[in-house]
Amino acid sequence: MLKILKYSIYDLLRSRWSYVYFIFYLILGFVLLFLNNDVNKAIITLLNIIIVLTPLIGTIFGVMYYYNSREFTELLLAQPIKRSNIFMGQYVGVSLSLTLSLVLGLGIPFILYGLFKSTAIFDFSLLIIVGSFLNFIFVALAYNIALSTENKIKGFGYAILLWLFLAVIYDGIFLISLMMFNEYPLDKFSLIATMFNPIDLSRILILLKLDISALLGYTGAIFQQFFGTKKGMFISVSILLLWVVLPVWRIIRKSNKKDF
Amino acid sequence: MIEINNLHKNFGKLTVLDGLDVSISKGGIFAILGPNGSGKTTLIKSLLGMVIPSKGEISIEGNSVLKKWKYRNNINYLPQIANFPANLTVIELIKMVKNLRPKEAHENELIALFGLEAFLTKKLGNLSGGTKQKVNLVLTFMFDSELIILDEPTTGLDPIALIHLKELIRQEKEKGKTILITTHIMSFVDEMADEIVFLLDGKIYFKGSIDQLKEQTKQTNLEHAIASLLS
Repeated sequence: MLKILKYSIYDLLRSRWSYVYFIFYLILGFVLLFLNNDVNKAIITLLNIIIVLTPLIGTIFGVMYYYNSREFTELLLAQPIKRSNIFMGQYVGVSLSLTLSLVLGLGIPFILYGLFKSTAIFDFSLLIIVGSFLNFIFVALAYNIALSTENKIKGFGYAILLWLFLAVIYDGIFLISLMMFNEYPLDKFSLIATMFNPIDLSRILILLKLDISALLGYTGAIFQQFFGTKKGMFISVSILLLWVVLPVWRIIRKSNKKDF
Repeated sequence: MIEINNLHKNFGKLTVLDGLDVSISKGGIFAILGPNGSGKTTLIKSLLGMVIPSKGEISIEGNSVLKKWKYRNNINYLPQIANFPANLTVIELIKMVKNLRPKEAHENELIALFGLEAFLTKKLGNLSGGTKQKVNLVLTFMFDSELIILDEPTTGLDPIALIHLKELIRQEKEKGKTILITTHIMSFVDEMADEIVFLLDGKIYFKGSIDQLKEQTKQTNLEHAIASLLS
């Protein structure tokens, strides 16, 4: 698997899009720091952007890479390699390459602005960790969709719909249910609903760390109570891990049964 | 060498292989022929483990190949469409495939044979179709394997490369290798094949030498013999 991983990363590092993505974050990081001159404020702005953008890019890259590599994958399938190693190598390659662009693209401006001298370094690390998690989660979800859909256009469409649902529509449904059922105690419901959306989970994790949970009102207090504690953070990170592990497990299962 | 028993494959409601039985002996060139949709590609892909049969048994040299992967170390496969990662160069691709197989490779003679020295540092995305097919051939023939499977090998080849290909195939046959070729080019079959395996409706309809086929269909020309099989 490591051999496939090495070549996937090699292939991606030489793709124009990896550089576009890296430069985009580089510019974004510099601009935000320049406008704000405050590392903390820049992180909060970045939070809002990354939480929505990283899943989108992960989904698009994942789907595109899978479909573009289809014929090459067939060449690999005829070699004495285990099937799961082929797909895992590609998946990890795409996820790592995106994560690298993110870490370097944001890391460089922040380090130059004196990140190491500020207390914001922990918040920044959390931002990067969450961004990386989202990369790995959404590329896995994209691979799942692509493996199940022969038609490129349908696959791309489903992947974008998935992103749209998790990034935007889910919150709308959640808010409506909160309004409709606001006579009932909703703490458990809110907690559980958050677990089912990795974007919401990531967003709340960071908001709490940044101590602006007061803005969230009642539910904010519940989350602070639950997520703010070490146990809460541990459970949240475990669920994010599950969000990576379960789709990856399905990738392996699906790839073993699929006809090429 | 290859034993296939009662092979079935359905894609949804479509039955492609319908109880296919065939036994292919070691050594020789076998042309796998049949109309479109008869199951040629599915049969080959089942041999390679790219398609998972619904039912049936496949064994190569006495060992079952279903759900296994190490046996592919002893098979060379030329896919019909030569599409490679656009950003890799020719030499990087060759090194990568060499790296993936625990086997000796003699790619330099083949690179020289097909005149690919000038293209080694070029990116695969920038090559013409014919050049890509030559790279495809190098990747296939650079290993020494008992079984060689070629899917439409003549596609995109210029006449000189075609001559080299035929020479290569003959050389491998002389070494006692088993070579399966799917193609629609009858002149190629006539010139190269020892036996014809003809598929129709997911089963073997005819298996035998070209002479036997001509005798059976009472035709002197291979194309007409095949056509009469289909009528």
